[in-house]
Amino acid sequence: MTVRSCKEVTQLVSQGLDRELAFGERAALLVHFAICQGCRNVNRQLSFLRRAMQGRSATEDETAR
Amino acid sequence: MSADFRSQIEGQRAYLLRFASLQLRNADAAEDAVQETLLAALASESGYRGQSSLRTWLTGILKHKIVDAIRKSSREMAAGAFDDDPEIEALGYKFKDNGHWQERPAVWTDPDSALEQKQFFAVLEQCLKALPARTAQAFLMREHLGLETGEICKELGVTATHCWVLLYRARMALRQCLEAGWFGKKVKGG
Repeated sequence: MTVRSCKEVTQLVSQGLDRELAFGERAALLVHFAICQGCRNVNRQLSFLRRAMQGRSATEDETAR
Repeated sequence: MSADFRSQIEGQRAYLLRFASLQLRNADAAEDAVQETLLAALASESGYRGQSSLRTWLTGILKHKIVDAIRKSSREMAAGAFDDDPEIEALGYKFKDNGHWQERPAVWTDPDSALEQKQFFAVLEQCLKALPARTAQAFLMREHLGLETGEICKELGVTATHCWVLLYRARMALRQCLEAGWFGKKVKGG
């Protein structure tokens, strides 16, 4: 698969949180991140979002206790 | 190349087409595979030594072309998951015509410290509430309940691709909302 644009990269970044990416897809992401600050930022932020959701559940649990 | 060889090959076209159609289930793809097979055969007349029947030789070439076609279509299907999603632009993301950033997403300063602040989670809650119902449902099934995409698709009755699109929209919407409601303010406020 060839990743052509930042828009596609953001989609692949998101899918990477939902399924195991193929080797070629991971390689395409790394190559793209090396040259694209914007997509690097989105990548970090979507991972952060997952941590935030985990933190949210933890907070909920505490409140419930 | 001999005209005789050409007409012999041409005589096998109908058989090859039936063979390809059976495998590919797509008339255009079958037609293409057969056409490529005939061209390849014409280009390598010397490769045919007459040991096997012409039909067997051609079928051997065709099999390779069919495998290529199947690989190509599965690649295209994967690429199809990346169809333009106009809803992403509606969220305020700006791309140039070539799909690269027009406005590059900014760095968030010290996001981890946000995780220690109650107000941040209040903003996150507001952002979750602002998502379209179905998008929110898919996202919460994934990130709150920790379900796998397969289970989510089944539950929502959508394809895996559609599931990924919903989750993608959710994440990009939340990213935008958190930036507007938290990180952007922090950056501007210093």
